Amino acid sequence: MSDTIDEARIREVLESVMDPEIPVVSIVDLGMLREVRRAPDGGFEVILSPTYTGCPATDVIKRLVEEALERAGISDPVVRYQLSPPWTTEWISEEGRRKLARYGIAPPVPKAAPDRPVACPRCGSEDTEVVAAFGSTPCKSAMRCRACLEPFEHFKCH
Amino acid sequence: MGALATNTVERTLDQDRFDYLLHLGDNALVLGQRMSEWVGHAPALELEMAVSNLALDLIGEAQLWLDLAGRIEGEGRDADRLANFRDALDFRNLLIVEQPNGDWAFTVARHYLFSLQHLAVVERLSESRDEEIADIARKVRPEIAYHVKFARSWIERLGDGTEESHARLQRAIDRLWRFTGEMFAPDAIEERLADEGIAPDLRTLEADWRAEVEQVFEASGGLDIPEVKRMTLGGREGHHSEHLGHLLCELQFLQRAYPGLEW
Repeated sequence: MSDTIDEARIREVLESVMDPEIPVVSIVDLGMLREVRRAPDGGFEVILSPTYTGCPATDVIKRLVEEALERAGISDPVVRYQLSPPWTTEWISEEGRRKLARYGIAPPVPKAAPDRPVACPRCGSEDTEVVAAFGSTPCKSAMRCRACLEPFEHFKCH
Repeated sequence: MGALATNTVERTLDQDRFDYLLHLGDNALVLGQRMSEWVGHAPALELEMAVSNLALDLIGEAQLWLDLAGRIEGEGRDADRLANFRDALDFRNLLIVEQPNGDWAFTVARHYLFSLQHLAVVERLSESRDEEIADIARKVRPEIAYHVKFARSWIERLGDGTEESHARLQRAIDRLWRFTGEMFAPDAIEERLADEGIAPDLRTLEADWRAEVEQVFEASGGLDIPEVKRMTLGGREGHHSEHLGHLLCELQFLQRAYPGLEW
């Protein structure tokens, strides 16, 4: 393994690993990366937080991370999921929230203000309504904007 | 039988934890399978997405409990092995979760009554002295809270809807109520684990559960709680209704026919 590979480099690689179901946000944007650490054998350990328990992307993401690290010349990385502390949408970065909105998915309302209206990611209106509590993936609900009439998805507060 | 067995055979804490984890895992697995049966048949597109997501949450939860059960057992069985290669007699789930879907009213009534208990259990398990159990409980808690919210909204909608929707929901509640007692009737294993601070004492959860149900029923067009003289028990001991075997036929078919098959 090259000596130039360090934690910062690994984080940089992980920033290129996109969520397979929302391909504009990286797993770092989503707040899934908990820790990068040196294992006793000198290799690297990457600790991730799973998002939703039943999310089918969980296994895929682990594989994508391993592949990306190997492509970057980091051999035999150990990638592990850790349940505790449980992932929350509060960990999605500001950058991640902006990317979600640009992609057409309203970012989660902050936990501190659960009653704040969800703004339409297209026109910005706060005159929106929930169409269905569940959307196309476990993390989203389906909504509609009463101002521009467009349907959109909302990343659920979790 | 239970008393004799516990008096004559000294059980270890790990055996108790294993059985309890099967109970938690099987509840989620069986209900998840029931929910997935709706896929392709749900009353509306939005509900197609809802049932498949509810099922996914539950199957994901089952995987966590059953994997931990397998690790504690130490005989190389993982969640898939435990889910696919046990027979009905070895399942430890509550009877309420295996009851067939019936109509949409029956499905949401079952989901509401069970999820409300389920949420109370994982909330208490989040404080368990067993760190591994607490970690899983904290992970699934927000998802189950969402299940309660979803199911409750359907109780309100159908209860306070038309004469037909109210009547169907009331009929579902009348048929399901006899299975609710089991949710608050611990067996010897759960009692010992409660003494150890690992599992909650189920009896302490019933009053809050009932208070919320009464309040929601009252606000949902005045749904009645039926009088049941004798609750139906037996799931924890493997005494299931005939329905579980049929459910397992479908759930386990592929692995029984082609053992070890992978995607």
